[in-house]
Amino acid sequence: MQLYDTEVSSRLLLGTALYPSPAILADAVKHSGTQIVTVSLRREAAGGNSGQAFWSMVQELGVRVLPNTAGCFSVKEAVTTAHMAREVFGTNWIKLEVIGDSETLCPDPFGLVEAAGILAADGFEVFPYCTEDLVTAGKLLDVGCRVLMPWGAPIGTGLGLNNTYGLRTLRAHFPETTLIVDAGIGLPSHAARAMELGFDAILLNTAVARAGDPAGMARAFALAVEAGRAAYLADPMEPRDMASPSTPVFGKAVLR
Amino acid sequence: MKITIIGAGVAGLTAATEFSERGFDVTLVDRGPGPGPQSCSWYAGGMLAPWCEGESAEEPVVRYGAGAIEWWRKRVPGVRRSGSLVLACSRDAGELTRFARRTGEHVTLDGDGIAELEPDLAGRFSRALHFTKEAHLDPRQALESLVQTLVAKNCKLRFETGAEDVSDTGEGIVVDARGFAARDALPDLRGVKGEMLVVRCRDITLSRPVRLLHPRFPVYIVPRDDNTFMIGATQIESEDHSRITARGMVDLLNAAYALHPAFAEAEILETGTDVRPAFADNLPRIRWRGDRIYVNGLFRHGFLLAPACAQMVAEKLADPDFQPEFMDEDYSERASA
Repeated sequence: MQLYDTEVSSRLLLGTALYPSPAILADAVKHSGTQIVTVSLRREAAGGNSGQAFWSMVQELGVRVLPNTAGCFSVKEAVTTAHMAREVFGTNWIKLEVIGDSETLCPDPFGLVEAAGILAADGFEVFPYCTEDLVTAGKLLDVGCRVLMPWGAPIGTGLGLNNTYGLRTLRAHFPETTLIVDAGIGLPSHAARAMELGFDAILLNTAVARAGDPAGMARAFALAVEAGRAAYLADPMEPRDMASPSTPVFGKAVLR
Repeated sequence: MKITIIGAGVAGLTAATEFSERGFDVTLVDRGPGPGPQSCSWYAGGMLAPWCEGESAEEPVVRYGAGAIEWWRKRVPGVRRSGSLVLACSRDAGELTRFARRTGEHVTLDGDGIAELEPDLAGRFSRALHFTKEAHLDPRQALESLVQTLVAKNCKLRFETGAEDVSDTGEGIVVDARGFAARDALPDLRGVKGEMLVVRCRDITLSRPVRLLHPRFPVYIVPRDDNTFMIGATQIESEDHSRITARGMVDLLNAAYALHPAFAEAEILETGTDVRPAFADNLPRIRWRGDRIYVNGLFRHGFLLAPACAQMVAEKLADPDFQPEFMDEDYSERASA
């Protein structure tokens, strides 16, 4: 899978928040096989680099870090946080979140496009957290994004894919763009479903971090993502309404 | 045997108490004038809630924490064993189900059951978990009470004395319980920021700690004397301990307000911020290097795990073959001899 100019093989990306301890996080990352983790900078950064101890632990995991701007509600905050992240982690990657509503954590499409444009012009490789809205997606690509991260459902809900029609349409409209379903995934079956629809990867956090056994759940998601991808590549059959026996009925031996 | 303990937080004072009871010659050193805000235990909630903590903590926290309740009851006044109550707003009901599934030693209450335990919460919640065996104390009173007992037993307490004034070359053992300040010697120690409030609300009486579950910021409220309440605590991977953030305060107050709107009229008496010392698995470590034994990384479980840590160190001193569960380095003089 191509993420800007970087080639990665794992199609599962993990968030690093809400784990019971950094040791359990490390275990989950290992079992997920992920090559990319996202890290939130905003709260941890209060007072300069005071989150350094945690960030060092994350960097010791030996995976790429995709810093995010979680918790930013304005273009200015998001852009400032992105610059801070570039300095702290030494990467041009930024998962851009500009939140429009504090209850649903729904992205603010206007602020998102504006911030993405500013950051792309400044040399960032922007991974925008967006909805499945086609027009916003198009505008994000116009301002220089080459990866899009539509939500499955609101962050932390675990509801799965709320709008499969919208996600399928998005996939069909932008066949060449790397599309990562981010947020709302609760179960491995949700992840497999998104991969079957042809999405390139899955980003999730809560479903693994808040599981009773995060490492076990990380492995379950790794398997589901792999299964979903393989199914997509294998060109699934079309569903039909009437039964169609896989063994011919005619010519069957009549035993009685 | 002579023992010098550095740090008058919960780890140091508990160790001093345990060693003094076992007949050691104890000296306690701390940079402050007494137990106080120089140690993060000062900002603790004082919940002795091992079964609740078991929701996300490793198993030893539950096992050793259960024993801590008796340890404190025998040594300090004011340990109240009325359990703790776990609630969620109706939109977060799933959190309560998950919490119940992952913890033990609780009974489920309906609205009437809640009202019977905490009349001021009548009609506000329809389901709760009551962890009947849990307890709580006022951490500041408890630490002060340990100091008084140590003074009465003629232990030497050297306050306003820095750790640098303690040398390892003298006779006896040094127990280093400096918390986060010991990172100079323990580089794998990290700080986890916590923020808390103390408020006074005359309209509400609670008899036990109440936890309000929330998917992102679970909050607890612990009743203290004179209609005051400790509201805590955020948990942020940051080592900043300058002051509380607006967001921390908003999250804490929102939770209090969700528990009961009368908290909107509460006076804010105090805000507190500090960092908890923690290792990667959030479990403590005992490390013996030469004449110095480090006890550290008690994370958010100081009052729950300090007694067990103190007992482990004391037993190790008595029996070099004893392998304490939290000990991951043993370079004692005797071990290397």
